[in-house]
Amino acid sequence: MAPSEPKLDLLQGTLDLMVLQTLATLGPQHGYGIARRIEQDSGDAILLNQGTIYAALVRLQQRGWIAAEWGVSDNNRKAKFYSITKRGRKQLSTDAAYWQRLTGVMGRVLSLQNEGDNE
Amino acid sequence: MTFSFRESFLRIQSFAHKKPLDVDLEEEMTTHLQFAIEENIQRGMSPQEAERQARISFGGPQQSKETHRESRGLPFLDTLLRDIRYTLRTLWRDRAFAAIAILILALGIGANIAVFTIVNTLLLRPLPFVKSDQLAWLDSNRGIGGLSSMTYKISVYDDYAKQNRSFDQVTAYMPFFGSGGYSLSGRGEPRAITGVMVDSNFFQTLGVKPLYGRGFLAGETAKGAAHVAILDNSFWRQYFNSDPSIVNAIITINKQTYTVVGILPPSFDFGAAFAPGQRIEFFEPYPWDDIRQWGNTIFIIGRLKPGATIQSAQSEVDLLMPQMRATHKDWYSDYATRVSSLSDHVRGKLRSSLIVLWSAVGLILLIVCVNLANLLFARSAARSKEFATRTALGAGRSRIVGQLLTESIVLSAAGALLGLVFAFGIVSFVARQATLALPLLTSMKIDGATLLWALLITALAAVLFGLAPGFLIASANLRAGLASSSRGSTEGKHFHGLRSLLVISEVAVACVLLVGAGLLLRSFLRVLDVDLGFQPSQASALTISYDDNGKPEHRIPILKEILRRVQQVPGVEAAGISDMLPLGRNRSWGFSAVGRVPSKDDSPDSYDAYIRIVTPGYLSAMGMHLRDGRDFDWALDRPDTQSAVIINEAAARVQWPGQNPIGKLVDCCNKNPGVIIGVISDVRQNSLEDAATPEMFQSYSQAGPEGSELIVRSKLRPEALGPALIKTMRDFSPDQPIGEFRPLQQIVETSTSPRRFFVMLVGSFATLGLILAALGIYGVISYMVTRQRQEIGIRMALGASRSDVLFGVVNRTLRLAFVGIAIGAVVSFAAGKWISSLLFQTQPGDPMTFVAMFVIFACVALLAGYIPAQRAARVDPLVALRYE
Repeated sequence: MAPSEPKLDLLQGTLDLMVLQTLATLGPQHGYGIARRIEQDSGDAILLNQGTIYAALVRLQQRGWIAAEWGVSDNNRKAKFYSITKRGRKQLSTDAAYWQRLTGVMGRVLSLQNEGDNE
Repeated sequence: MTFSFRESFLRIQSFAHKKPLDVDLEEEMTTHLQFAIEENIQRGMSPQEAERQARISFGGPQQSKETHRESRGLPFLDTLLRDIRYTLRTLWRDRAFAAIAILILALGIGANIAVFTIVNTLLLRPLPFVKSDQLAWLDSNRGIGGLSSMTYKISVYDDYAKQNRSFDQVTAYMPFFGSGGYSLSGRGEPRAITGVMVDSNFFQTLGVKPLYGRGFLAGETAKGAAHVAILDNSFWRQYFNSDPSIVNAIITINKQTYTVVGILPPSFDFGAAFAPGQRIEFFEPYPWDDIRQWGNTIFIIGRLKPGATIQSAQSEVDLLMPQMRATHKDWYSDYATRVSSLSDHVRGKLRSSLIVLWSAVGLILLIVCVNLANLLFARSAARSKEFATRTALGAGRSRIVGQLLTESIVLSAAGALLGLVFAFGIVSFVARQATLALPLLTSMKIDGATLLWALLITALAAVLFGLAPGFLIASANLRAGLASSSRGSTEGKHFHGLRSLLVISEVAVACVLLVGAGLLLRSFLRVLDVDLGFQPSQASALTISYDDNGKPEHRIPILKEILRRVQQVPGVEAAGISDMLPLGRNRSWGFSAVGRVPSKDDSPDSYDAYIRIVTPGYLSAMGMHLRDGRDFDWALDRPDTQSAVIINEAAARVQWPGQNPIGKLVDCCNKNPGVIIGVISDVRQNSLEDAATPEMFQSYSQAGPEGSELIVRSKLRPEALGPALIKTMRDFSPDQPIGEFRPLQQIVETSTSPRRFFVMLVGSFATLGLILAALGIYGVISYMVTRQRQEIGIRMALGASRSDVLFGVVNRTLRLAFVGIAIGAVVSFAAGKWISSLLFQTQPGDPMTFVAMFVIFACVALLAGYIPAQRAARVDPLVALRYE
C-alpha cells in the first residue's frame, strides 16, 4: 500500500473535483448517477471503480462540501441523494481554477520536455 | 494529516459508530448495483451478464468498504487497534514469555513508582504549608550542637521580631517537649499525650487554618491567661471520635483545665515536618512571661516579605544580632544565626540519600530494559521468518517496527499496571512506618505527579527496549531469513554480539548497584556496631509523672518510693529515672572548670555540656559504664549539700586534659560550683553516628528535671513486664497516664531507622538487579546453546567429550560476566566516591565489599551458565544432527 500512496492522492483529488462538478451541473444525484455521469463525461477514458466513489462522497460530506439525504429515485427505489452545498460551490471554483492552472503549466512543461528529448 | 475541527469531530464520531455507517453504505451499494443491473438489462444484456458487468464496473465491494472507512474514520487508530489485537493474540500464544516480561517490567516500574513517591513526598513536593517557599528557619550557633545551642532566648526572639525587616511575620515554638510529657485526664483512664508550646501566631504564620474553631490569640501567651489548646487532627479523630462539639469544651491536662479552641486540619502534621517519627497531640500557647528568664528555649520560623530572600535575611541577621546583643548583658551566646529555607531545614539532610535511592532505582529500570531488549531479541530472532513473510507480502518496515513497538508498549503498559499495584503496596507499607524517623512520610501517597511519572517511565521503557530489536529487525536482510534456515546463519552472529554487549552492560550496572548497596550495608553494620555507651538490650523505658510542686524536697521521697516499688516487681533487676534518654531530646547547660582560663583554642563545646538529671541507680540500669568515682546517692547528695556532678569522658578531656577530674570543681549548675564525683564512658547522645560531646549528670535531688523516664532492666520480655509495671505505677498514683512501655532497643532502632530504610531499599534493588542480570546471562547462554545445538552435535560426533562442551559453555559465560564485572568495578569505584558522604566508617573502595561483590557475581554467573551448559552437554549428537 505504502509505495502507491502518492498516485492515490492525485486520483483522490481529481475524483473529488469531478464529483463536485457533476453535482454542481446536474443537481442532486445518487452515487450510481454520479459515477455513470463521470464515466460518460470522461468518454469512458478513465477506468473508474464505481465503488470508490463512496469514499469520495463520505469525505466530501464530512468536509461540508456536499449534503446527503435519503430519497426515492425515478424508478421508485430508496437511494441516498447527494447535493452540493454553498461551501462546496466555493471549493469547486477554487479547485477548478487550481486544476486549470496546473494542467496549463504541466502541458507547457511537458511539451518543453518533448522538444528536449527530440534533440 | 491535519483535519479541520468539524472533520476531526466527524471522523472520531465515525470511528466510534462503525456499525450504522457500514449498514448505510451496504444499503447504498446494493441500490447502486441494482441501478446498474437495471440499466444493463435495458441495454439488452441477459440478467446474468447484466449483474456480471455491474459488479465489474463497481470493483471490489470489500475494497470500497475499506476505502470508505479510511476516508471517514481514523485509519491510524484502526491500525493501532488491529496491532494491539494482534499483539495480544501473539502474547497469549507465548504466555510464558509475556508473563516473565510483564513481571520483570512490573518489578522495575513498581520500584520506580514507589521510590518516586518517596522522593516526591520527601523532597520535591512543596511543604504542606501555604506558600512554603517563603518560610525560613533560624538556627542559633550556626546550627551546631544540641537543641540548647541552636535555640534562642525569648528576649532574642522579641527583639528580633521587632527589629528585622526581612520577615512579614516571625513565630516560634519550643522544641523541648518529650513524648507523653502531659497527662490528659477526666475522660476514662489518664493518658500520656505530647504537647508543643507555640507562639500565638504559629499557625497563622505557617498558613494553617483550623478545621474547626480558631487559632490562638495574641493575649493567650500572657501571664495568667486562661489555658487554651488546639488539637491535632488525628488525635481528635482517635480520641474524640471526630466530634466537632469538642471545640469550646473543657479538657483536663496535667490537672489544669484547658479550653479547646480549635481542631487542626488533617493536612497539618507537626511531627512529620518538625519532629520526624513523633506524634504531637495538642498545642498550647507559649507562656512567655513565665519563662522569659530561662535560657535558650525556642526555635524561630519566619515568613519572608515579598522580595526578601534567605540571603538577604542572612545578611540582615548577621548585622542585627551583634547590635541586639550589645543591649543585653544576660545573653551568654552571640546568637550567630544561620538562616535557611524551612524546606532545607526539614529535608535538606535527606537530599543526597534520596538522590542515591533515585539513581539506584533508575539503574534498575535500565537493567530491566536491557533484559527485556534481550528477551525481545531472542523472540524476534525466532520470529524472523514471520517478519520475512510479512515483508514479502508487502508490509513496510515502518509497519513491522510499528508492530514491534506496539508489542513493547502493550507489555510495558501491563507491567506498569502491575507495577502500580506493587508500588501501592510498598508505599502504604512505608507510610505506616510511624517509627521511621523521616519527615513528611505520613503524608505519602500515590498522586497525580506519581502517575505522570509512571506514564513517563513506562513510555521510556517501551521505547528503550522495544525500538532496539525493532531497528535490528528492520535493518536485517529479512529475505535472507525467509530463504535460509535461520539457524547458524551469519545474522545470528550479529544478533549474538549485540546480545552479549547487552548482557555485559547489564552485569556492569548490576555490579554498581551491588557495590553501592554493599557499601551502604557495611556502613549500616558499622553503625550498629557502634559502642553506644549503654546496653539497650533487656532495658525498657516508661514515661512517668508525679506531683512534686516543683520542689526537690517533695520529689525525693516520691522517687525513692517509686523506685522501691518498681524494684520489687518480679523480674526487675535494676531501675532508675532520668529526665531525658539518650538519642532523644536534649538540653545543655553552661559547663566550665573553675579557674579555667579561656583560650583561642577552645572548641565550641568548651563552655557547655548536655545535662541529664538522673536518680541513683539510673547509670547501672542503663548499662552505662562508670569508669571512675561513684554513682549518686540519696544520702550523700541532698538538696543542702554541694552539687554532685558525674561527667562523661569527653567532658573530662575538654576541661581537665590529662588530669583526674574526680573532686575537681566546676561552674555548671547554680551560683556555687559543683564537684565532680564520677566519670562514665561516652554515651552516644543524639545519633549513633556522631561522637559524644561533653555531657554531665546531676541528681534529681539537686537539680530541676525536664520530665521523667523510668528505666527498668529485666530479663523478662517487655510485653510480659509492662503490664505489671504499669499496674505498680498506677497503684502508686492513680493519675498515672498510660504511657508506652518502650524497649530501649526500639529507641536505638528509631534512631537508625532512616539508614536502615535506605539500606533496605538499596539492598533490595541490588538483589533485584542481581537476579535480573543472572536472568540476562542465562537467557543469552541458553539461547546460544539452542542455536548451536547442531554445531555442538558435530563437535561431539568428532570426539569432543561432554565435559569439553560443558566447560566451553561455562567458560564463555564467565568471560561474559568477568568483562561486565571489570567494567562494573571501575564504575563502582567512582560511584562509591559519589556516595561517600552517606558512608559511615567505610571507604568508597572498601576491599571487602568489592571482593564480596566479585564472589557473589561469579557464583551467580556460574549458576546462570551452568544450567544451559549442562543442557548442551546432554545433547545427543545423533538427534542434534537429524534435528532440522
